[in-house]
Amino acid sequence: MADEIERPGEEAEPEGVAEPHLPGPTIWPFAFAGGIALLLVGLIINWMLAAIGAGIALVFGFLWIREATREVRHPVAPPPPPLRSETAEEEEVEPERYPRSVFLELSTLGLGAAIGGIVTVPALGFMIAPAFVGQGSEEVDLGPLENFPKDQFVTTTFNSKKEEGSVGRRTAFIRNNGVANNVPSFTIISNRCAHLGCPTQPQGLPGSSKKIEASSGEVTITPVASVSGFQCPCHGGAYDSEGNRTAGPPVRSLDRYEFFIKNGNLVLGKPYSVGHVKGTGAKAKIEAYKQADPGQHVDGPEKIFYPPKFWGP
Amino acid sequence: MATRRRKSKRQQQLEAMVLVPMDWVEERSGLVGATKYFLFRKVPSETNWFHTLGSATLTAFLVQAVTGVILAMYYKPSPDEAYASIQKITNDLTLGWLVRGMHRWGASVFIILLFLHMGRVFLFGAYKYPRELNWLIGAILLATALFEGLTGYLLPWDQTAYWATVVAININANAPIAGPFLGDFLRGGSEIGTETLARFYSLHMLVIPGGLFALIGLHLYLVIRLGVTAPPWSRAAAGYDFVENGPGPVRKGLVEPRPRGHGSMGTPSRTEAGS
Repeated sequence: MADEIERPGEEAEPEGVAEPHLPGPTIWPFAFAGGIALLLVGLIINWMLAAIGAGIALVFGFLWIREATREVRHPVAPPPPPLRSETAEEEEVEPERYPRSVFLELSTLGLGAAIGGIVTVPALGFMIAPAFVGQGSEEVDLGPLENFPKDQFVTTTFNSKKEEGSVGRRTAFIRNNGVANNVPSFTIISNRCAHLGCPTQPQGLPGSSKKIEASSGEVTITPVASVSGFQCPCHGGAYDSEGNRTAGPPVRSLDRYEFFIKNGNLVLGKPYSVGHVKGTGAKAKIEAYKQADPGQHVDGPEKIFYPPKFWGP
Repeated sequence: MATRRRKSKRQQQLEAMVLVPMDWVEERSGLVGATKYFLFRKVPSETNWFHTLGSATLTAFLVQAVTGVILAMYYKPSPDEAYASIQKITNDLTLGWLVRGMHRWGASVFIILLFLHMGRVFLFGAYKYPRELNWLIGAILLATALFEGLTGYLLPWDQTAYWATVVAININANAPIAGPFLGDFLRGGSEIGTETLARFYSLHMLVIPGGLFALIGLHLYLVIRLGVTAPPWSRAAAGYDFVENGPGPVRKGLVEPRPRGHGSMGTPSRTEAGS
């Protein structure tokens, strides 16, 4: 333990330096905290309140910093100029000397850094890059169209990626909207909640499920009668039957899937995110965006915080 | 000392048996002295049970490290085998239930002790000069330990683990600007899958424990260098009580590296000391 008997070396230290610099008592932190609290409450209740809170926090935060640094700023301010000029003079004398030892020191450091970089950069790249490269979704064959009765939602569970096995199981709520403008129309809503990604449940009467073998693997189809919307068990997010948020924390509508019809089979394409859906069924106008993770805003002023994934599919 | 009793030959031989190898090591490494310096430090006389929370936390961490290493011998971090291997550890392997239980509940104990230790340090004012840096390291340790908990939570690979991790990663992915990158980095892709489990396993058993060991080393170094604080009610630390028959004017309690220059460390009058 460090006391004066065991550490005589420290006694050389000038007295007074050890004096801890305690800031004087001040009320500003409380006002600052009040401002922050007002800001947070304002974010929920009212933008004006938030702005006032931010203003208070800024002003008192500034005062607090001034107060806390007063002792430091004042006595320290005068001494530096002579110090700086001294070192400047030394440097002025120095430049003509460029000794070998400095060269060796710098080249050792430089070589070390180069070798370290050669080893570290690819390793770090290997850690990070595969997560961003080659993302994409496979087309998923969901079997013949007859399995999707008109104007009724069916809960459909399928393998999104064959090689992933059971981890790749995904669920979509699919409604056959019949034929509009000579083109078959489907509403295909992902069950992933737009809040934090829990599985939503359809609010309706589930029928008996059946399993079919499609080229993508096993597909489970459960018809659900009179679906009024979808709800998430985790944090209470609720959506209407088009996937628009009706209650709870989600920031956008439920994601959807593109679809194709190939050889009489329904095939899922890329998933995409949805801002809002106007209208229903085949006449729905969907504000589609590149797929974003749950909880990220795709529209509104908050979208500036979530730049679209440029690396995604 | 002249009054010391002479030791028998037998006793001397026994002592040499211990001391000679220790001297050998000491002469070549200085490790015996370092260990003594580490273990036989001066601490304030008014330390109490609350001061043991730090070492309790360390013990909890070591229990996690040991049980974790052993669990890693049986656990299989692949989506098809993870759940089954945990079931096997718990139900089939001899004493597996005990070691897994220690690791599973010990994780909570570790976090709880971290917070209690933090509370002790806060309430005793032990974060103040000159120990601010150690408070910061402690705060980083807390965050690292929580991250260890997060990554460990996925490994049982059951429904709770899966969905809790979905939510936790998406919370991370909601950070402004960095969120979308962070989410994909943690998942190892756009969806939770094979990569995520392997990645979390690697983080949980290699990366984060390594960081924790390093941070704990730094934390302990500063504890040894700066000493332990006396409780705030300590009269000795306030400079009022002095050790009777002590070696010179050594103040009882508060072992600090540099209290000189205050005047409080000097020799006050006996009347002030009240003895």
